[in-house]
Amino acid sequence: MIVAERKKIPELVEILQGHRKILVLGCGTCVTVCLAGGEREVSIISSALRIASRVGGHDFEIRELTIERQCDNVFIEEAADTIEEYDAVLSLGCGAGVQAIAERFAEKPVYAGLNTSFIGILEERGMWTEKCAACGSCVLHKYGGICPVTRCAKQMLNGPCGGSREDRCEVRPDRPCAWQLIYERLKKIGQIDRLKQIETPKDWSVALDGGCRVIVREDHRI
Amino acid sequence: MRFQYPTNIRIIRTPCTGKLEVEYFMRAFENGLDGVLVAGCEEGSCHFIEGNLMAKRRVNYAREILSESGLDKERLRMVNIGAADARPFVEVIQDMVATVRELGPNPLIRKSPPDSGTIQKQETRV
Repeated sequence: MIVAERKKIPELVEILQGHRKILVLGCGTCVTVCLAGGEREVSIISSALRIASRVGGHDFEIRELTIERQCDNVFIEEAADTIEEYDAVLSLGCGAGVQAIAERFAEKPVYAGLNTSFIGILEERGMWTEKCAACGSCVLHKYGGICPVTRCAKQMLNGPCGGSREDRCEVRPDRPCAWQLIYERLKKIGQIDRLKQIETPKDWSVALDGGCRVIVREDHRI
Repeated sequence: MRFQYPTNIRIIRTPCTGKLEVEYFMRAFENGLDGVLVAGCEEGSCHFIEGNLMAKRRVNYAREILSESGLDKERLRMVNIGAADARPFVEVIQDMVATVRELGPNPLIRKSPPDSGTIQKQETRV
């Protein structure tokens, strides 16, 4: 899922200055699961903004609404009438959600209330870690299902580096060395010989470096 | 053992402090309360194992957001007191009321429109 975290209230107040009627719009999908932009976070951030507005002498009138999925027009339409009533939208969706709302309402200011961080999983209660860099050319099958592009701080495809300390990463000592994990995992699944193969440079042309990526499925187009 | 605690507080009972959510604190201050004191069981003696520990983390998170919003975080506080500890109970309430009195009324009350009927005005409510 996409993992995000909230912006601080003073930053949101600064972003929203100049607007009066503001709709705080939550998303019921990824950001609900990562506790950043679901119905409850909409409630908390709206309360905080109302308090900050009164304390700071602003004149925000804030309404709360959460839709099932902000990155999907079918669900955006459900909120269309409400959105039209407001001067601005503070979206607590991920970056895709914010842009989907902005594209649908071309003349409405739409602001991001979250910092979209990464694609990851819930590792422990209250702790999310990045697992996928969306590089466009998956190599997980070669590394026992552990992604060196995302989880190795140096993105090494032929690791480990000389800085691996026992099972710790030298860049982030609080995190395990991805190459230690790869070694252990390949040994367990009987594919340790894969480490003898030298991996050639990765095709980065399908990654974000080439600009916004588009996937077209002709079999689904009308 | 007839201890007297300040009369300007209202006690709200919950099954466990673990029942408290961040939204409750936010709404309390939004509605004009001057302070909120969360009194949970002593750490290690929660009937629901970790309810008071969960409450502690939520209170800390709410304090952070309240502070960002412009309210003094000392308006929200959590203490751990055993069910039979009458004297410490009175003392923490007295301390909380003194803190809140020093901070003054919730600024949201002061700045509310004169015709606002939604916020009760009291000198100090904890």
